[in-house]
Amino acid sequence: MNVPSSVATLIVGIAITLISVWVGQNNGLLPTAASVEAAQIDNLFNAMMAIATGLFLLVQGALLYSLFAFRKRKGDETDASPIHGNVPLEIVWTAIPSAIVLWLAIYSFDVYQSVNSGGFMGSDHMAHAQSKVVNVSNQTQLADMGSGMANPIDDSLVINVKGLQYAWLFYYDGTDIVSGDLHVPAGRPVELNINAQDVIHAFWVPEFRLKQDAVPGAETHLAFTPNKTGNYPIICAELCGAYHGAMKTRVIVETPEEYEAWYSSRIVATSDNASDVAEASPHAGHQMASLTLNPDNLKDLQTPSVASQEIQALLSSAEPLTAPNL
Amino acid sequence: MTTAPITESAHHDEVSHGTPWKEYFSFSTDHKVIGIQYLVTSFVFYLIGGVLAELVRTELATPASDFVSREVYNELFTMHATIMIFLWIIPSLTGGFGNFLVPLMIGAKDMAFPKLNAIAFWIIPPTSVLLLLSFFVGPASAGWTSYPPLSLITNKAGEAIWIASIILLGTSSIMAGLNFLVTILKMRIPSMPMNKMPLFCWSMLATSALQLVATPVLTGAMVLLGFDLIIGTAFFNPTGGGDPIVYQHMFWFYSHPAVYIMILPAFGMISEILPVHARKPIFGYQAIAYSSIAISFLGLIVWAHHMFTSGTPDWLRMFFMIATMVIAVPTGIKVFSWVATVWGGKLRLCSAMLFGMAFVSMFVVGGLSGVMVAAVPFDIHVHDTYFIVAHLHYVLFGGSVFGIYSGIYHWFPKMTGRMLNEPLGKLHWALTFVGFNMTFLPMHILGLQGMNRRVAEYDPQFATINMICTIGSYILAVSTVPFIINAIWSWIGGDKASDNPWQALTLEWTTPSPPPHENWEIEPVLVVGPYDYGKNHKMPVNMPPAKAEPVLATGSTTQDEGNPDVANENSEE
Repeated sequence: MNVPSSVATLIVGIAITLISVWVGQNNGLLPTAASVEAAQIDNLFNAMMAIATGLFLLVQGALLYSLFAFRKRKGDETDASPIHGNVPLEIVWTAIPSAIVLWLAIYSFDVYQSVNSGGFMGSDHMAHAQSKVVNVSNQTQLADMGSGMANPIDDSLVINVKGLQYAWLFYYDGTDIVSGDLHVPAGRPVELNINAQDVIHAFWVPEFRLKQDAVPGAETHLAFTPNKTGNYPIICAELCGAYHGAMKTRVIVETPEEYEAWYSSRIVATSDNASDVAEASPHAGHQMASLTLNPDNLKDLQTPSVASQEIQALLSSAEPLTAPNL
Repeated sequence: MTTAPITESAHHDEVSHGTPWKEYFSFSTDHKVIGIQYLVTSFVFYLIGGVLAELVRTELATPASDFVSREVYNELFTMHATIMIFLWIIPSLTGGFGNFLVPLMIGAKDMAFPKLNAIAFWIIPPTSVLLLLSFFVGPASAGWTSYPPLSLITNKAGEAIWIASIILLGTSSIMAGLNFLVTILKMRIPSMPMNKMPLFCWSMLATSALQLVATPVLTGAMVLLGFDLIIGTAFFNPTGGGDPIVYQHMFWFYSHPAVYIMILPAFGMISEILPVHARKPIFGYQAIAYSSIAISFLGLIVWAHHMFTSGTPDWLRMFFMIATMVIAVPTGIKVFSWVATVWGGKLRLCSAMLFGMAFVSMFVVGGLSGVMVAAVPFDIHVHDTYFIVAHLHYVLFGGSVFGIYSGIYHWFPKMTGRMLNEPLGKLHWALTFVGFNMTFLPMHILGLQGMNRRVAEYDPQFATINMICTIGSYILAVSTVPFIINAIWSWIGGDKASDNPWQALTLEWTTPSPPPHENWEIEPVLVVGPYDYGKNHKMPVNMPPAKAEPVLATGSTTQDEGNPDVANENSEE
């Protein structure tokens, strides 16, 4: 049977398209999506995956087909036909990728705008953010009575995050709560002001699809809205020293009721211990070093968190801990 | 009758086979000797870097940190990357192939500045010894990116040695880049205008521009980092008011173009190799030539895509995202042109061709994941994960290293006068292809699922995939054995190579294998274009392929069949 080449091309084209679309939708390569942002980023990934699959099949298919169909026959010492190019074809394979990347750039831009609503992420809004932090001390008394809504304009939960070798600490803005793992209620926007004590770290929650470096001497920001309860890992993604791989804690996304219960219990607990925790403010950087290195101080953290367990495990291990000797 | 190059070649044979081995250990100014010095030296470092990689993969075979200490683990991957980039891929592609091929391809007797060339090479051996000696004091362990403040507080002695090594290797690279630029622009034979230049020379032109523009910035960053480390200044140290992000900008201003320094010469070699073995002209010569220049220029304005999570301002993120995606267009032109070159050819599936086609196949994977990570929202998820590790190895191993292998199989006859063994070459290709994909393909999944890079321990859910990667890396290690046996054995006692074993049309094949000192006795004249395959469909069947290159000189094989001179030369051989 002799299939006309145009029909064969059409069939191959349809097959590649169908496979690509299917792979784009059913690749299952990403973990659970637990934030509002994650769903949008996953859609972007799936779209890119579909395009990539199509191009992958096209190029690999052509190469594989050539490998078998165009191999030199024994005894044939002649050259192939002298085709030096084909301008329309070259225009096509310049124009189509240009269109694809243009579309992809606009789409990515769009997703980024919506993920980063209000332009909060990055560090270009540093001045604005710093003034917010400076106000914290004034707001402390106010917020102690309230529910921790330090940002009265929107309903965001503001948390100051500090990365240090090799743990994360979370300071609930406007309160005395310091925690080694991150408790957040589902459905409420969270804003993180991220800072590092010693070297560069990176705050990453794979299930939120979000990552932000923690840079010493600067403040960076991350905003997200968790929408699925559960425990998810918080991973340090920037090489920060020997125990970089062990610098992990978790984010606990709870129902608003559970979160409120945890929050109230911590408010009570910290007020009992106010003098200790007062020192652990975001600006008491040098004291944080002693907090990490002195096991006695760790007991001051009310609930032994994953992070503090890590620290204690490190301290009790035989291997020496590199001191953050900046 | 322009058969002059061929009659000359008969003269040269006894002279050229006598390159004394001691020459390779001397301060030779012969570009061919320097090229081979670069290639052999860098291959030794490929093996050393490979051993480090195997140690890293062995640690990662299991989730716990149980093979080497965590400190040593960080030293291993830091030195692995440093050696592979600065002592293997860059020197072998630019220094090795660039030196050997560029003067031969443009009909020059040597490089523009032969002594500078020799100095550029001889910086490397002492520097590499210096770098390796840092293992006695604890080598740098802050990653090859060496971000402060971490690099300022861990293994300070090793870090200082690392900085010194990078400055020296960068200096060597700048010297080489300057030399290539002048050689390509000024040393071509008069009959070769720019648009008749082999595509490898176009890609070396683009590469040398990057070496000249970008490398000084890295050197500057290293000097400042060295000041911070040794005399306690605070350019990048936040405790003294410095800004660690400025270092990242300076570092990536070089180190992203460095990716193109590491891939553009391989692009060029593939553009040479595919047409020869497909017996078909390169498809879209001008598009491939100009896309090298476009990539070179765009490569300079995309560096901050390595810093999307560093707190980069929004407008910068968007600018660098779009600039990065635009690079996909010239790169895509190259890939499609290569596929079109192969399509409808008469493929001679020798080891060089197999590695060349595998290069296109693997580079496409790295290119596609490259466009994905250019998208800021997606990169924020996968930055610093195994997705990036997979992506960069598809570009640098599936791309650069496959390209180097392809080039070695293709030009080994010209370099040494001996043919490589084909069955061993194909075994090498098959093992490399399987081992490479088994090692790096699963890493995409690891990164997407949440495994960060540069960790000695990981979540047990990733154990199975990591074990597959580790086994793949062992296959990759084994794959080098047939290659090493093949190269050494063939160099000593392989079949004698003729002047033009592949019936190629570029100028390097008009001189004996190996070429004599100063390459040609009489300056060659360009008679046919570098890719004019298929002009006649009657390549002589009964003639040994070795002497088919009169095609180049005469432009017609019908004359050769009855040419008594050619027949005599064959009997002499």
